[in-house]
Formats: sequence, structure tokens, C-alpha cells
Amino acid sequence: MPAPAQRRLIFAHIDEPGYTNDLACYLRHGGYEVLKKAVTRKPEELIDEVKKSGLRGRGGAGFPCGVKWGLVDRKSGKPIYLIVNADESEPGTFKDRYIMHQDPHQLIEGTMISCFANNVKQAYIYIRGEMPHGARILEKAIAEARAANFVGPNILGTSYSCEIFVHRGAGAYICGEETGLIESLEGKRANPRIKPPYFPAVLGLYQCPTIVNNVETLCHVKYIAEHGGEAYTKIGTPGNTGTRIFCVSGHVQRPGYYEFEAGRITLGQLLNEVCGGPLPGRTFKAVIPGGSSAKIMRFGERYKGKRKVGAEMVDYDWGVEDVPMDFDSLAMIGTMGGSGGVIVMDDSVNMVEALANINAFYSHESCGQCTPCREGALWMKKITTRMVHGHARPEDAALLKSVADQIPGRTICAFGEACSWPTQSFIAKFGDEFKQYPEAKKTAKPADAPALI
Amino acid sequence: MIAPPKPELVTVNIDGREIAVPKGTNVIEAARLVGVDVPHYCYHPKLTVVGNCRMCLIEMGMPAVDPATKTPIIDPATGKQKINWIPRPQIGCGTNASPGLHIRTTSPLVKDCREGVMEFLLINHPLDCPICDQAGECKLQEQATGYGRGYSRFVEQKNVKPKRTLLGPRVMLDDERCVLCSRCIRFSKEIAHDDVLGFIDRGSHSTLTCYPGKKLENNYSLNTVDICPVGALTSTDFRFKMRVWFLKQTNSIDAESSVGANTVVWSREGAIYRITPRRNDDVNDTWMADTGRVLYKQVRADNRLAAVKVGGNDSGLDIAVNTAAELFKAGGVVVVGSGRSSVEEQFLTKKLAAALKASTHLVSRVGEGDKLLVSADRNPNVRGALVTGLIAALPAAGDVAAPSASAIRIGGLAALAADIDSGKVKTVVSIGEDLAEAGLTAAQLAKVAIVYLGTHANATSAAARVVFPTLTIFEKSGTFVNQQFRIQKFLKAVPGPTGLPDDLVVLAKLASAAGSSVPSEINALWKLIAAEIPALGTMTFANLPETGLLLDATPWSGLPFVEGETLHYKPAKAAQLVVGS
Repeated sequence: MPAPAQRRLIFAHIDEPGYTNDLACYLRHGGYEVLKKAVTRKPEELIDEVKKSGLRGRGGAGFPCGVKWGLVDRKSGKPIYLIVNADESEPGTFKDRYIMHQDPHQLIEGTMISCFANNVKQAYIYIRGEMPHGARILEKAIAEARAANFVGPNILGTSYSCEIFVHRGAGAYICGEETGLIESLEGKRANPRIKPPYFPAVLGLYQCPTIVNNVETLCHVKYIAEHGGEAYTKIGTPGNTGTRIFCVSGHVQRPGYYEFEAGRITLGQLLNEVCGGPLPGRTFKAVIPGGSSAKIMRFGERYKGKRKVGAEMVDYDWGVEDVPMDFDSLAMIGTMGGSGGVIVMDDSVNMVEALANINAFYSHESCGQCTPCREGALWMKKITTRMVHGHARPEDAALLKSVADQIPGRTICAFGEACSWPTQSFIAKFGDEFKQYPEAKKTAKPADAPALI
Repeated sequence: MIAPPKPELVTVNIDGREIAVPKGTNVIEAARLVGVDVPHYCYHPKLTVVGNCRMCLIEMGMPAVDPATKTPIIDPATGKQKINWIPRPQIGCGTNASPGLHIRTTSPLVKDCREGVMEFLLINHPLDCPICDQAGECKLQEQATGYGRGYSRFVEQKNVKPKRTLLGPRVMLDDERCVLCSRCIRFSKEIAHDDVLGFIDRGSHSTLTCYPGKKLENNYSLNTVDICPVGALTSTDFRFKMRVWFLKQTNSIDAESSVGANTVVWSREGAIYRITPRRNDDVNDTWMADTGRVLYKQVRADNRLAAVKVGGNDSGLDIAVNTAAELFKAGGVVVVGSGRSSVEEQFLTKKLAAALKASTHLVSRVGEGDKLLVSADRNPNVRGALVTGLIAALPAAGDVAAPSASAIRIGGLAALAADIDSGKVKTVVSIGEDLAEAGLTAAQLAKVAIVYLGTHANATSAAARVVFPTLTIFEKSGTFVNQQFRIQKFLKAVPGPTGLPDDLVVLAKLASAAGSSVPSEINALWKLIAAEIPALGTMTFANLPETGLLLDATPWSGLPFVEGETLHYKPAKAAQLVVGS
């Protein structure tokens, strides 16, 4: 079956020749018209549209946005804050960056609509420290929007006022975790908070109710405000509405970002047709479908079970290529859609070395607050590093699995899962390679291979 | 008396046992009540909950309720309400008691969690228990016994972090031993209000340190050593002096101010090695000031008085008592009592003064309160002098700044000085007070005969006709009445210098020489005290609870006490304002 055509809602103007990131260009393309209409509506209506749309958060967890907004404590009398999570740091994910670089006003419009809907008077864009260029673009865009009365006091002649501030992180993956982000925004170490009691919807920024939404999610809100929640549900598949942006990296002919209706494209179509298949002379070996913390899939394995289609339960028997790219299907086969970062590995990749790379990242990014993740992540890194440096032992695979099993579900935040799922899934899917690695390492290096350090 | 509001009780089920606890009690505390130990490192009852050590993971469940009808779902197998167990383990410290809460602390999942956390805590921990000062009171050691693997699966290089870092004058840090529980950070911030500690770096390389240019040198810094569950923070005064398992623990009271912080004195073979706080939720929680921890050094000070002296020469107790009796017969005797004496000593002092028909004075010591556990009144037992009737009014505050830098004003003897100058006074009996320090001049001291009872040599002991060496608080038993009018007892931790009688014996002998027969044994003495002092009427020394007993303070409520607000204490005037508003 041929792959469907891309459907670009969010990336409509990304890489469009002549499209610039200034306000004039955005206005020429109908910019801020949605905001103008939105501020004439009742905020509750906008929230209802988002609830109706079934929009799921695009940061990684896929939590329904309307439900998140519904949890906000609106009776406390405290101000409600909205934070745009622009700390895009999951390895393999590079979608929010393009929105901010090439179409920042789309984000600002989506943010203002969301702020208006939730009666937010102050919003923050928390952008990761490694994106100084994006921060400068956003600051310029906010200044332009403010000058044009789209942001700031009494926007568009209404009594509604809202300010947006850009806050730059100092470069830490954990700041993408919403309570870690809030701590960081408050000026502290980004140690995620314990939940209960610190649910952001009730006790968030400065102990006030707070909404934290991903950049892409807020852009979807703009689309929903324009076209209505009902229309949005027609895009994608039930339960996985709208489009998804896939950031494909690794060993394919045409890596890049692609926007498709959620669940309407399979992994095989994405990799083989859209991305042009494996590099010449190679075959696909494995793919991580949702950012490096998602569990890895091995080409050749099959996923069987029953799934709900409409009201019926039907059997499914999928190969890796057959899996529809949506939150629920990927969760069903034991991995996740996550942030849409599709990392492809072909047969030139050694899985021990790939895992060593991922473990190095997670051990470096653990905040160090709670024991299992802090100690476990570094231990796993030390094991895999030792293995690739020629001191692998046959028992290391079992040890790695046992260490990884002691982490998830026992930590303050989801980093415990993020740092242990790669190890768990690599061992589960490529256990043979780990067992054989001590032997494989003994084989002589090719004569032309450069010495590693 | 206003009874505190009764807490709302909820019934929780811990390992199959039901217990009613106040709503909001966390699982660690609730489990403690049924005798179930939930191991933990970061949780401390007096600090905020951060839930970072993950040692207290437990399984939690709630009774199942039909979402539609709100009726309980009954498990047909047991006939009881079904329990919905949460698949993920929860932290005990952050889980509060709610009606019907079910907890499992012995399930395979909980065991696995504890063993996993234990292993993680140990992999980068140095194997230096044999040379670690915390050994014997180390939570890591204790729980490794309970939940450790017994061998290590860790064959990698351990992390290297700074060793032997001085965080301040009294606290030494070994970062490799630190389990990053953040108790010390939270203490500094929340209790000492001196936010100087923090972590730098990330992940397993996280390192405890002081902020640049700061030191952990506030007067509460040693509490961080107490609450450090491992050997990361040690006391520069105590480290490497003695293994804790050799030490005997004796309950005592911090005598540095009228707060009366509860303490434990740790001693071995007659020598004291350290003083640590003892929990009393109504007085000092689990804290005490650093200054109170070094008071034991007075016991073996060089200027300690060790022999009875008459006219500057060594003498015997009875000879000295007879000499004092001669002086008493001549009349013109004045007694200077002390707010540092115990209730029992003050009672005997009152008996002595009454027998001599002598006027009594009390020396005042007033400094700055620190709003925490050192109050403005540096005498621990001025309230005792009021309760026993030794004095009826508070001693006047001294107007002479003390010569030392401690800024404690010592005084209250202006009337006595005037009487000496006018020649009315012939003999002064000083119970442990240095009259020169309290403002009397050398000429005034030379003008009278002095009977001095004291622990250390000073200008008064040098000028005294008769000197009775006495015991420090660590060498005798007794009671103090603190600023809350809470009577608290301290016990003898170490024997006094060889041959010295108990202070009560000396006082009883002097009272007897003055014509008043009183018992000198503390339990016998308390029968008399209970009979004569209505406020203490129902007590005996033996049955006084470890955390003290609050006395009725109304007879003295109008007095202008010098204390400001401290932990668990509000000055009476402020309290009235609160009630009135």
C-alpha cells in the first residue's frame, strides 16, 4: 500500500521558500486571525473545543490536553500560569525547534489562545539552553506581537491582558519534566517534585495552578480554535486525532521531519517510502519509534494480539513495518510514540555500542535526586562503557537487565523509565548480541580502522 | 488549661493490623506505632518531605468502591471489601493516612525495592566502615544488614569525590560517603535559616558543598552531623575520639539557657565524649545549639576546684562547715543564690537563708536570644528559684557588659554592693556565683567574709574564706524549670572529682550548721519539697517523665521575663495578644 501524502497542519510553512519568521510574513499568511476570533468567544467554549478534539500532548506522554486543562484548580483564587515546554531534548526529536525557528508566531498565537481559554495572565516559554538562536527569535517575535497588540495589556482592544516571557534553561534534559522545569523556572535545581502533592494543575509554579504544554501541542490548539474540535477529530484515527510530526534520523536515505495524520501511516511506509529505505547495500536492523527512551523494535519480530477497532476486537499480527504510527498502537506492542523521534539503525550498528551511547546520555542527565535513577543510570553506563572498551563479560547482559529492572516505577519522575527502558529492551530484543559481545570484541580490528582515542 | 483540639482519627491497615492514627500521619510514623519499621534515609520527622532516597517504598491500596453505585465491592474469597492495590510502589514518607488505607511492608515487591535501593546506595559508597566514625550508628550499615545482598555485583570504578572537606569549624564532610538525602540542606534552610549548603553537579556525581564563599558555621551546624544518616558529616570535636558502642548514654538538660533543650550525654569510664540532642517535641524537637555541646569541657578544665579550702589552705569538709558556722553566728549573712543551681539546690539554699534569716539575691545573666534554642535568659533555672520561693521577684538585669565577647550581661547584685559598702554585711554565701563577675569590686569582696561553693577557680574563690568545690551538671542529678515552666530532670553521667561530696550534702550540712535539718538524699529531699511547695506537690524525682512536666505558671504570669520568642515558646504577653485577637 502506498504511503499517504503528508498532511502539514503545524509544519504548513516550514521550509516554504520565501516564508520568514517575522510578523509581517505571518500576517500575510492569515496570522493572528484565529486569536482575533478566539478573544470574542467564551473561554469555556475554547476549552470544550480542545476537549472535543481529543488532542493528546505532543511532548512524549500523550496525555489528553483537554483533560489536563480540566484538572486545573480554578477555585483557589491564585493566578494560573501557562508554561510552554520548549525544552526539546529527547535524543532523536527535532520538531519544536523548527516551529520556533521558522514559524514562532504560530506558537505565540497558540499560546495566547490557550492563555485566553484558561484565564492565564502570565505565560513562560521555557526553552532549552542549547537553543540560543531559538530564544532570540522568540524574543523578537514576542516583541513584534506585543507591538501589534497581540500580546501584552488589553490585547486586540479587549480587557484581556497576558504577557509571555522567554526563559532560557541552562542545558539539562530533566528540565523537560514538567515539575523539574517548574523548579528550574523558580530558580532552583531542576529536581522533579513528588506527586502527590505537587501536581502542577494545583501546586505548580510558585505553588499556583500551572499548565505545562509542549510547543507542538499549543500549535495544535491554534488549529483546533480555528477549525473546531469536531473537525480536528476527523484528522488521524479515533483516540489519536490530528497529525504527528515524525523526526526520522539515522540510517535511512532521506532523514528529516514529516507530518502525517496520526495512525494513517505505518512504520514501514514511513521508513521505506517516505524516507527512501535503508542506505545502499544495508538492511534495517532496529528502530526506536519515539525518542531514545522508547523501547527499541527489532526488524523481523512480530507482534500479535487483539485490538479494538470500532466496537470490535480484532486479531492483529504485525511485523515492525506494519505498525501504525500512533500512540495507542505503539503502546500496544510495548513501546511508545513518545515525542515522535524515530531513530533508525541498520545492520552496521552494534547494539552494545548503541546502548552504550544511550546510557552515557541518561547517566549524564539524571538529576541525581533519587537513588535508583541516579545510581542505576551511571552503573549501566559504566557497564556498557567497560564492555565496548574490551572488558565485556558473558554475565554482563544479565547484570544489565537486573540493574535496569530495579529502576522503573520506583523513582520520583519518569526519568527512571526513560533511562531503564533502553537497557531493558535492548537486552530483551538483542540479548544474543550482548552475550556474544565478549567474543565479538576479540576479533581483530580491520587494518584500516582508526584507533579510538 | 485549654485542651488541644482532638485530632481526627482514621483507621489504616498496616500488614494486616488495623490502627487508628491522626489523619495526615504518614505511613512511616503510622507503621512505627504498630512496631513496624519502614527503613528510610531522607525522611526526618522535623523536616519537609522530599522522598528522594526511595528506601521507604511500600505497597499501597484502597478499599474498592463501585464507581457507579459508590457501594463497597466485596471480595467473594474473603467476604471482606476488596482492596485495589496500586501496582507501583509508593513512598511511605509522602503517603498520608486516609480512611481505609492499606499498606504492605513485607511483600516481595517491597523487599525487592528495598534491596534494589540498598544495592544502589552501596555501589559507590566507600568500603571504609572500619575507619569510619559513623560505624555503630550508621543507617547504611544497619540497613545493609537487613536488605543488603551480602556481596557486590559492582566491578566498576567507584566515583571519586572530595574527602575530608571542612564545611565549617565544627563539621567535616566526606562526600564519598554521602547518600545525597539532603537532610542537612533542608535543616540549614528550614530550621537554622542559614541556607549555605547545596548540591553541585548532576546524577551520581552530585556533590554536597557550601555555596561559594560561605561556611557552615552557624550555632546549629552540628545538628547536621546528628541527622546525617551516614558518615558523611562528622563532628570535628568528636571524630576519632571514641567508638559509639562503648559510650554510655545519660539523659541530661542543656544548661546554657532557659530553653532547657533535652540532651544525651555520651560517656565512658568517667569521661564525657559528646553531647547530642534528645527529642522532645514540646521543647527542642530534635535539635540543640552547638554551644551547648561543648559544655562538658568544663568537667576536666584546668581551673577546676578539687579540694575544700579554709583561708586558702586545703582542709576537710567538716572543718570547713564549722568555719562557716562560726561566720554564720556572727550575723550579717547574705546568701547569693544561683539560677544555674538545680531546683533541689535552690530549695536547700532557701532553707539555709531562712535559718540564717539572711536576705537572698540571684545573679542574672541576660544575652541576646537567637529565636531558636538559646533564649535571652542564660540562667537555666530562674523559674526554679521562683517555684521554690528562693526569690519572689526577678533579679535585676546587670548593666555591666561582660568582659568577654559573648555579650551576656551578668548582674543583679547592686543592692548587695550597696549593703557591703554601708557595712551591713559581714558574710556572703555564694552558691556557685562569681561575685566579681557579677559586678562586685575587689574592695567589696575584701570587706566581707565569703563562703563560696563553686566548680571552678575565679576571683571569688581566690578571695573566699571558705571554699566548697561543687559538681558540674554532668556529675549530679537534679531538675531545672525552663522558660515554659516545664520541670525537667538531668541525671548524673559521670562521677565527680575524687572525694567530693554531692552538692546537696554540702548544702544540707551548711543548713544544719545554721540550725535547719534537711535531708541531702535527692529522693528523700523530694518528699520534703513536695510537701512544702504546692506547685510540685504531686511529684517525686523518680516519677518525673523524661520529657518533663509542665507546671502551672499563673502565680508568676505578671513577671517581666526577659525571654523573647524561641522554638515552642512565646512570651506570655505575645500569647495573650494572640488569644485576645
